[in-house]
Amino acid sequence: MYVAVKGGEKAIANAHRLLADRRRGDRSLPGLTIAQIIAQLGLAVDRVMAEASLYDPSLAALALKQARGDMIEAIFLLRAYRTTLPRFGTSVPLETGRMQVERRVSATYKDLPGGQLLGPTFDYTHRLLDPDLLDETADVEAPARRAGETEAVMRVSDILDGEGLIEPDGEMPDDHVPGDLTREPMEFPMPRDLRLQALARGDEGFLLALGYSTQRGYGRTHPFVGEIRMGLVEVEFEVPELGLTLSLGEIRITECQMVNQFKGSAKAPPQFTRGYGLVFGQSERKAMSMSLVDRALRTSEFGEDVTAPAQDEEFVISHCDNVQATGFVEHLKLPHYVDFQAELDLVRRMRARHKPAEETTEHEEAAE
Amino acid sequence: MNTAFADPGHAGPAGGGEEEARRKRDLDLLARASRTELEDLWNGLDDKPAHTRLRGPETGLVMVRGRIGGGGAPFNLGEATVSRASVQLADGAVGHAYRLGTDRRAAELAAIIDALARDDGRRAVIADRLLTPLAERLAAEAAGRAEETAATKVDFFTMVRGED
Repeated sequence: MYVAVKGGEKAIANAHRLLADRRRGDRSLPGLTIAQIIAQLGLAVDRVMAEASLYDPSLAALALKQARGDMIEAIFLLRAYRTTLPRFGTSVPLETGRMQVERRVSATYKDLPGGQLLGPTFDYTHRLLDPDLLDETADVEAPARRAGETEAVMRVSDILDGEGLIEPDGEMPDDHVPGDLTREPMEFPMPRDLRLQALARGDEGFLLALGYSTQRGYGRTHPFVGEIRMGLVEVEFEVPELGLTLSLGEIRITECQMVNQFKGSAKAPPQFTRGYGLVFGQSERKAMSMSLVDRALRTSEFGEDVTAPAQDEEFVISHCDNVQATGFVEHLKLPHYVDFQAELDLVRRMRARHKPAEETTEHEEAAE
Repeated sequence: MNTAFADPGHAGPAGGGEEEARRKRDLDLLARASRTELEDLWNGLDDKPAHTRLRGPETGLVMVRGRIGGGGAPFNLGEATVSRASVQLADGAVGHAYRLGTDRRAAELAAIIDALARDDGRRAVIADRLLTPLAERLAAEAAGRAEETAATKVDFFTMVRGED
C-alpha cells in the first residue's frame, strides 16, 4: 500500500547539496575534466557504455563524474538520458571481420594468419602496484612500433569452418526480424538474438559469476577461446534522403568466439559448438563471460538437460540487468512505514494467539 | 580507417554513380572531421553563403547491430548517439551530414560543407583545405595504431632440446 506523506523537502535539497560537495571533494585539488576521464579511466568509460547500451564516451565520462565513480549509478544516468532521444534508425550490422584490430589472441592456434597481437593488455603484468604512478607528472614511454605488417587478421571461426569442424555462425529464420528489448516486453522462451542483446548490456559481474559457474561444473561446456579481438569498426547507416550508406565513424568493440565441445547426431558428424560475445568498448572479461553464458543458454537447442543456473534462460536474462536489479533492491530503503506497521500488528496478534498454547503445553508436561 | 578515403583531392568532375561515390567518400570523411577542422575551413572561406535549416541539427540514436557469431543473423547490440543536419543554400544546393556523437554544430557545418561541395569549383577548395589533409591525418593515425599493435605481435620460437 502506498500512502503519500509530506515533509523532507528541505532535507532532500540539502542532501543533494551535500552530495555535490562530496562529489567535488577537496577544493584545493583541480576538478576532473571529462577529457581526463576518457583518456585515463577509459575502461571505466567503456563499461558504462556497454551496460548502459549507449555508445558515447563523452556522455559516459560525464555520467561517471556525476556518479562519483559509482558504475551502476553512471549506467543508470546514461540509460535515463537515452530515453530522451529519438531513434533515427538501425545501423548496417557491424563487420567485425573488417575490424582495425588493436588486440587479437587465440588460445586454439599458435600460428594463425595475422598472428597473436597482444595489444594494450593487463595479461602478463605482475600485478604489483607501481609507485611511479604516484607522480602524476612522470613521463610515460611512447609505444614501440613495428612497420610493414599488412597481413589480414583472419577469423579463427573461418579457419575451423573451412574444415567443417565447427557449427556455422548463428542463423535465424529468413523472415525473422531482430527483436529489441528496449521496445518490446520480454517473453520466454527468447530467441538467441534477443538473448545476445540482453547479455551485451548485462552486468559484467553477474555474467562473470555465471560463466565461472559453468567452468566449475554447473553446466559444463568445455570451452576454448577460439579468438578474442578488440579494435575499431565502422558504423554504417543507410541514409534514405541520399540513397547512400554512410559511414558515421568508428566505435571500439570487443568480440569473443568461444569454441565448445561437440554436438553431432546420427545424421550429422560431430562439430564444435560455439558461444558468442560482443561488447562495446575494450572489455575482454565481459565478452568472454557473455560467450560462455551464450553457449550455456543454448542447452535446450542442443537437446541437453537444463540443470544449472547459467543454462536457465529466464533466470539469467531476468536478472542480468543491473539497473533493473538495483532499482528493485534499492527501493527497499524507501519508506515502507505503513507496510511495516501492518506487519508489526500482524506479528503481535500471532504472538498473542501463540502464548496460551505455549502455556498449555508446559502445564501438560508438568502434569506428566 | 579504410583505404576508401585515399586521395579525395583528385576525384575530378564526376557524374552519375561516380558522383555518388565521391559524395559518399566526402561525407564519410566529414563525419570524422573534428569540430575545429570544420570551423577552420568555414572561417577561411571568402564566400560564406547563407543557409536555411531543412532538418536539425539534432541528436538522436542509431541502434547498432552485430551479427551472431560475427557473420550470422543480425542482433541489436546497443545504441550510439548520432547528430545530423540537412541544410539548403540560397542557390538551392542541399547538404546533409550524419556523425557519431552529440556535436550538433559540427553536423550543421558538415552539412553546409556538403552543400557547398555540390559546386565543383567550391569542392576543389574544400578538398584542398579540408578533405585531403583530413584523409592524410586519418590514414596516419590508422597506420600508427597498426604499427603499435604490430609491435605487440608474438614471435614464437621453439627451444632446441638436443635429443637427436
